[in-house]
Amino acid sequence: MAVQDVLAPGAGDPPAPGPAAGARGVWRRLRTRPSAVVAGAVLAALLLAALAAPLLTAVSGQDPYTYHDELVNSASGGAPHGAFGGISGTHWLGVEPGTGRDLFARLVYGARVSLLVAAGALLLQVLIGVSVGLAAALGNRWADQVLSRITDVMVALPMLVLAIALTTVVPEDFPRPLLLILVMGALNWGGTSRLVRAQTLTLRRLDFVAAARLGGSGPLRVVRREMLPSLAAPVITHAAILLPSNIVLEASLSFLGIGVKPPTPAWGQMLSTATTWFRADPMYVLLPSGLLFVTVLAFTVLGDAVRTALDPREASRLRVGTRKEKTRD
Amino acid sequence: MTERFTGLRFAAKRLVGAVTVLLVLSVVLYALFYLVPGDPAQLACGERCNPAQVAQVRGQLGLDEPAYAQYLHFLQGVFAGRDYSTGTSLQHCAAPCLGLSHQNDQQVTALIVAGLPATTSLAIGALVVWLALGVGTGLLSALRRGGVTERVLTVLTLAGTGTPVFILGLLLLMAVCAYLRWLPFPSYVPLSQDPEQWAWNMLLPWLTLGLFESAKYARLTRSATLEVLAEDHIRTFRAYGVSERALVTRHALRGALPPVIALSALDLGQVMGGAMLTEQLFGLPGLGRLLVDSVRSVDLPVVVGVVLVIGTAVVIANAVADVLYALADRRVVLS
Repeated sequence: MAVQDVLAPGAGDPPAPGPAAGARGVWRRLRTRPSAVVAGAVLAALLLAALAAPLLTAVSGQDPYTYHDELVNSASGGAPHGAFGGISGTHWLGVEPGTGRDLFARLVYGARVSLLVAAGALLLQVLIGVSVGLAAALGNRWADQVLSRITDVMVALPMLVLAIALTTVVPEDFPRPLLLILVMGALNWGGTSRLVRAQTLTLRRLDFVAAARLGGSGPLRVVRREMLPSLAAPVITHAAILLPSNIVLEASLSFLGIGVKPPTPAWGQMLSTATTWFRADPMYVLLPSGLLFVTVLAFTVLGDAVRTALDPREASRLRVGTRKEKTRD
Repeated sequence: MTERFTGLRFAAKRLVGAVTVLLVLSVVLYALFYLVPGDPAQLACGERCNPAQVAQVRGQLGLDEPAYAQYLHFLQGVFAGRDYSTGTSLQHCAAPCLGLSHQNDQQVTALIVAGLPATTSLAIGALVVWLALGVGTGLLSALRRGGVTERVLTVLTLAGTGTPVFILGLLLLMAVCAYLRWLPFPSYVPLSQDPEQWAWNMLLPWLTLGLFESAKYARLTRSATLEVLAEDHIRTFRAYGVSERALVTRHALRGALPPVIALSALDLGQVMGGAMLTEQLFGLPGLGRLLVDSVRSVDLPVVVGVVLVIGTAVVIANAVADVLYALADRRVVLS
């Protein structure tokens, strides 16, 4: 037993394996939680803004790339004219110090990068994690040993370090968002794979799976029809934790100057230039960091709500506050 | 006797596992960095080299040898040292030799050693902050469970676990340096040069990283404490009239400590491997900064060297955490 199995910081227990729960009940439970509704609304707004970025910037009449030298005070090094970072009717959230580019447009386009990379990486992480976990649980002893050890290593190694190092290997002209998705996807599937392996090992012994097998279903059919639906709940729960961490990782990479290439806007990149501006133009620090903070918090809150909604027993247990039951079936 | 034996065997097994992981990591890294991308000789030589010069560099660095021979030479450098000829002179690179930087022919090992003081300073100070804050908040919220204090703390820690460390740092910088003007903008002063200035300049980085990590510890301490509080012997103590405060601080804390100690060992390993974001934000010349700089200038030997050292730190930390956890909590089955 490794320490990380005991700790799994922030993860919480996955729902107990068993036949798949109905989607309608989950939706109802989510809807009755105010925090989940607020977080969901915030994320929906953000997603809409990201999708409709060209439309929004057309309405505001700005684009994220045009320099407006006349809007910044070149004498003082480039702080924007006007109060609060140059907020005005034409520049809704002010302009970027130094260049005078429209901040609203850059933030909205930055949201596209952030969400696209996070979601793409998540897809890859879940795909690899579920495949490896299933293979480890259902394969022979050797396959399990090898795959589990690889998973251990993937979980233990510091991801940011490897992600940064991997970006040096790839040629300069490779599309950056795709690279970020691939690197993050290839590195951060260890948790999913562990979870799926453990759940599958339990599932395999449950009656309804045995019944399907005895009923003459082949192994692939058992996996597809019986196991995958039951794995959905724990995997979704886990994915809900992965998504905000992907957003943070993308922001961290671009903060270190290893994310998407300028002039493409990204939140982390803005924050790294903001380190020299926090005296002269505090809005330039507060806006991207506020947006990033709210996004991550909303995803975390929603993820927490999804976890409790998928496993009502968890919710009642938390409310009562009694000790964790070791076995639940 | 037998118990001691299993303990030793457990430690030995972890050690063998750790060494294996490191060897595999070195092979994978080497393969990735020296064999996949373009031409290392071209990179080492620079953009403006003509083919003849590139060929010469290739010979000097031994890049014309087959891949496995290159890797064996690399290993030989790590364990026994090796010599490099830089055209006119011969440079000896002593035992843990990780190669030469493409940028300035400095030894990678020397670069890494130069980065250690800053990284260690950051790690130790942040550890103190996150243990004090994290365990303190966790205990407080376990003691006041069901009350307003607990809810506030829960929200704070939930927000804290998700916030990227550089946002926290930027806001602290803004508040403390720009508005309140309590501290000047931090710039690293080595401990050996001026201990007082060192501490003042490290204060903000310590707080930033410590606060960031403490959220995780608060959650861990709270849940571990609550778990112990629900156990039968605590119920008995309570029935005998032991005060709630004594129950939490004296008895439950004992149960909460093993996971906290183990997680600290893990995190210390990660931070020693370069808290890149914190170092970058505050301009600390540590390992993380070295890695980021070398990635930006595509200095492959430095990247490989630093990642290997970081990997070593993390693997050792993992092994230590496992052993500490097993020692602290006898219920853990050694297997």
